[in-house]
Amino acid sequence: MIEDLVEGVLAGRRRAIARTISLVENDGPEAQGTLAALHPHTGRAHIVGVTGPPGSGKSTLVNALALHFRKAKTSLLLPESDVADTPPRIGIIAVDPTSPFSGGAILGDRIRMRDLAGDRGIFIRSMASRGNLGGLAWATADAVKVLDAAGFDLVIVETVGAGQAEVDIARTAHTTVVVEVPGLGDDVQAIKAGILEIADVFAVNKADLEGADHAVMALRMMLDLDKDGAQRTMHHGRLMEVVARTGRGADATSGSPERSLAPPGAGQASAVTGWHPPIHKTVATRREGIVELADAILAHREYLQQSGRLVWRERERAAAELETIIQHESLRRVLARIDGAQLRELVERVVQREVDPYTASQQLLTSLGLQGRKGQTPAPE
Amino acid sequence: MTERTIRVLVAKPGLDGHDRGAKVIARALRDAGMEVVYTGIRQTPEMIAEAALQEDVDVVGMSILSGAHMALFPKIMELLGEYGMDDVLVVAGGIIPDEDVPTLNALGIQGIFGPGTPTDRIVEFIREHAR
Ligand SMILES: Nc1nc2c(ncn2[C@@H]2O[C@H](COP(=O)(O)OP(=O)(O)O)[C@@H](O)[C@H]2O)c(=O)[nH]1
Ligand SMILES: [Mg+2]
Repeated sequence: MIEDLVEGVLAGRRRAIARTISLVENDGPEAQGTLAALHPHTGRAHIVGVTGPPGSGKSTLVNALALHFRKAKTSLLLPESDVADTPPRIGIIAVDPTSPFSGGAILGDRIRMRDLAGDRGIFIRSMASRGNLGGLAWATADAVKVLDAAGFDLVIVETVGAGQAEVDIARTAHTTVVVEVPGLGDDVQAIKAGILEIADVFAVNKADLEGADHAVMALRMMLDLDKDGAQRTMHHGRLMEVVARTGRGADATSGSPERSLAPPGAGQASAVTGWHPPIHKTVATRREGIVELADAILAHREYLQQSGRLVWRERERAAAELETIIQHESLRRVLARIDGAQLRELVERVVQREVDPYTASQQLLTSLGLQGRKGQTPAPE
Repeated sequence: MTERTIRVLVAKPGLDGHDRGAKVIARALRDAGMEVVYTGIRQTPEMIAEAALQEDVDVVGMSILSGAHMALFPKIMELLGEYGMDDVLVVAGGIIPDEDVPTLNALGIQGIFGPGTPTDRIVEFIREHAR
């Protein structure tokens, strides 16, 4: 069963791709094995995130971008490709929110992507957020891997908003396009904190409406204000976060995650020539500004490649992925070895103020043979 | 997730231009906890089969008012079969004369719901019959 699916995905068979995405989305028992078999075949696709408020025109933009890229030469996208004249194959994942009341969802993004119907070089999949925002980034990343392994050159992920889930999803994208619309940009404060961290390219869509220039100006001002900060957050902060998180669990004296994970140029005094997120006005419904937006995406990809940051992002992502899996898996293993009575007793002792939760946890883990960090042995009783 | 979420494609084949009924159904299914892929009006058989395939839905629900069902449904069923989606539950609603029902059933369209069918009944039917 797994073998057939994997073989089908690698051969680019649509039914197999669709079923495999369901499998990883539902995190079924065979999901891990399937992803393991696909892993060696991933890492080729350029992953583009498109995020912004509901109704800002993301789906319409994705439709226009995909149409444009399908007309462009592959050589633009994959300079090393020897099939320079075939258009890139494009996978699209469109995420819509799950209703918190029913757990159901209406996934309507395909309505705006009808121009793409009938094109065998395009595969569109709608996903619901399923109320589990941490898991959403996960499920999305896994679905991206399936499309990547299936040979799609470009994978576009559409998500709503700029909350933590989107930031997490942006981490799996190479290039993140943040979509704003006139009106939101009137007030600099209205531009959500956090988008500066994730935006590689801005699209001010609905530029046919009044206030587009104002929105561009507000964004530019915000970017200028945040120039140094943004560069740091964008290109070093994410990594350092991973390093810091990774470092916390690791033995501080052995091995230096900082070194192996450092971005090119980090640690040098001179600033790295950074990427300055461009702002493009678009009218997605009329397909205006699409060429410029598409070129900006390609320019960002080129920047990532030339600067070595593509590799660095891959490393960063792999580190974050490993960490999360280790967290889940070690907790699962620890819980499997603790017996209920022992845990109940510990909880009771914490409640009775006989022991604090830190010491209790340390003792519990030590009793399972898991020693603490050097220099951080449990406090003496 | 223990209970798998049912995924439904709600499609509007044919040329009739309004989709009020389809939207009502889409909302009812969402409120029943299903994930509804909604594709809008004027869907060709190819678009419907292709969307069902890519979205790996458990159910395809079609609503039609134009009277073109005897032309469109066989083509859609043929394409679904071609794509290996034989196990998908297909239901249809809208204006479908009684005399067409046996033919449509024979094509593999299992549930046929006339205008005014309470949405609860459709939800129940899908819950019972989805793969
Ligand atoms: N005026 C105008 N409307 C647009 C533009 N782009 C999209 N829309 C409309 O905005 C609405 C929402 O678009 P959609 O792509 O579904 O937005 P999403 O929710 O961000 O994916 C639709 O009615 C589109 O036709 C644009 O550039 N100008
Ligand atoms: Mg959308």
